[in-house]
Amino acid sequence: MYAVEVENISKSFEKVEALKNISFNVKSGSLFGFIGPDGAGKTTLFRILVTLLKQNTGTAKIQGLNNITDYKKIRSIVGYMPGKFSLYQDLSVEENLRFFATVFGTTVENNYHLIKDIYSQIEPFKTRLAGKLSGGMKQKLALSCAMIHKPEVLFLDEPTTGVDAVSRKEFWEMLKVLKNSGITILVSTPYMDEAELCDEVALIQDGKILKIETPQNIIGAYEKNLYAVKSTNMFKLIADLRSFEFSESVFPFGQFIHYTDKRDQINENDLINYLAQKDHKNIVLQKITPNIEDCFMSYLNK
Amino acid sequence: MKRFKGFVIKEFYHIFRDVRTMAILFGIPIVQLLLFGFVITNEIKDAKIAIFDQSKDNITQKLSQKILSSGYFLLEKNLNNYNEINQSFKEGNIKLVIVFEKDFAKHLEKERKANLQIISDASEPNTANILVNYTIAITNDFLKEINPNAKVPLQIIPEVRMLYNPDLKGVFMFVPGIMAMLLMLISAMMTSISITREKETGTMEVLLVSPLKPIQIIVGKVVPYVFLSFINAVVILILGKFVFGVPINGSILLLLGESVLYILTALSLGIMISTLTKTQQTAMLISMLVLMLPSILLSGFIFPIENMPTPLQFICQIMPPKWFIIIIKNIMLKGVGFAYVWKETLILFGMMVFFILVSVKKFKIRLE
Repeated sequence: MYAVEVENISKSFEKVEALKNISFNVKSGSLFGFIGPDGAGKTTLFRILVTLLKQNTGTAKIQGLNNITDYKKIRSIVGYMPGKFSLYQDLSVEENLRFFATVFGTTVENNYHLIKDIYSQIEPFKTRLAGKLSGGMKQKLALSCAMIHKPEVLFLDEPTTGVDAVSRKEFWEMLKVLKNSGITILVSTPYMDEAELCDEVALIQDGKILKIETPQNIIGAYEKNLYAVKSTNMFKLIADLRSFEFSESVFPFGQFIHYTDKRDQINENDLINYLAQKDHKNIVLQKITPNIEDCFMSYLNK
Repeated sequence: MKRFKGFVIKEFYHIFRDVRTMAILFGIPIVQLLLFGFVITNEIKDAKIAIFDQSKDNITQKLSQKILSSGYFLLEKNLNNYNEINQSFKEGNIKLVIVFEKDFAKHLEKERKANLQIISDASEPNTANILVNYTIAITNDFLKEINPNAKVPLQIIPEVRMLYNPDLKGVFMFVPGIMAMLLMLISAMMTSISITREKETGTMEVLLVSPLKPIQIIVGKVVPYVFLSFINAVVILILGKFVFGVPINGSILLLLGESVLYILTALSLGIMISTLTKTQQTAMLISMLVLMLPSILLSGFIFPIENMPTPLQFICQIMPPKWFIIIIKNIMLKGVGFAYVWKETLILFGMMVFFILVSVKKFKIRLE
């Protein structure tokens, strides 16, 4: 049973072709992620699915309802949180929540259990105007508002953009709780590390879906040997690694630089010697298992 | 219905929490009305004049006295030669010069006619005209006084009565005009801004993806402004009556009813503007340019429509304020009933229906 079925959807604006023949299905009750850089077409896709835009070709169904002909029915069963914070800044936290509850024909009290985990964190500030909340609190409020009518399918467009790391983590914890209560969740994000928390992930770039997989399979499909490299002069290290004759990809990643080699078998000492020649001190080279971000980088480079 | 109520309550929050909105809603009407009523007036009193009396006999003295005691004129100075006339106009504070010819009294006695020259500063044509007319009228009066038994072969004496505004008070015209202008401006501008604001901040996106119907969104936006504009209309009428003495001769109920119709017309125009524009700024600009200036200039508020070139007269016909001004002037000043204004009422009603139809047609249920 699929909650969202999308077949061959294309959408172009005046000059840009935003979506090119996209197809995918989302299983009921799953957490489905769209990962891709800015401008990949994530927002356009979400707007089509929540009936705010019409696709040029192709069909999309939400809970079996056609997104163009049945748009009215869809609007009462989906929850939507746009990328831009779009609640009323001059209304207080509580007033915003009450407003969206009434608009959807319910009350805060009726569905309080749904949002309890999230809302209880911002409840101490319920009389504060929404415009005066911090970024993380704003997103929690927006999620509460999108959830208050107990939607069957929830669309979250970049909910964690501009939110600090701690709040991001909390936010994803909440999504897991929501998922467990049976709601299908579609979420888009530019942060690749968040993909690991999804059931399935679609990698989207330039209006095309490059890959749809479970995060485990994406990592499992990674065939290269991946090394984390470190030395005292990190900046120079990047340049030197890139100019190494067998170098395939070089990315800074936290304190280390992630490096892959063109050869299947590599002699670690070769590389260490090469770096030593280039005046690097305290060289650390260790083989690591790839994380999801490494996998995406390798897909995006193909 | 509960949804709708929630929406309206939210709108009231928006209005009452925004100082600027409140200032526009309640500050501007009162300030504008007082400004127009007190400062801008086309009545003339104490206009400064100069007199060049070459005769200085008892007749010219008496006539000068009479002119100066009329209340319209103040003697700035007496002149002694022709060159001074030009000079004093150039200095700028003199509006009119009266020149008596030499031997004025003698000529009047012997030849039964004497020459009096009136020179006025026509760089302000209206003032000049009014002052010249006043002077002529006073002179004619004077002539009758000193010569009550003059035998004139045939004489028609027009007896003028200024109906509905006997003192020709400007305020009588301004109050209806201001009311028409302000209600139009506030109603149309505020609704168009409040709808486009939702588009700009992205909240419209969320509202669209909700079970709210477009008509509920639109009507919900309008309801608070109907109330507030109505309060405005009442405030203007009260100020007009008690501060400026503008009478309300007709039925107050009819007057308020027509005001509500006009407010609804203006609001639906505001909605139409908002469905055609994307940002608050364009909505505001359009409301200001398209509504404010024409509703001042082309509504017959300040300039009589009959004197305009035909193409402009045609444009005046599609200005809602024009019809509203006719209606309220008739009700307030002439005290007529609905039977005399039904045609104008019908026209306003038609305009409102048109604006609503266009808005509903143009309201986007999606983002594009």
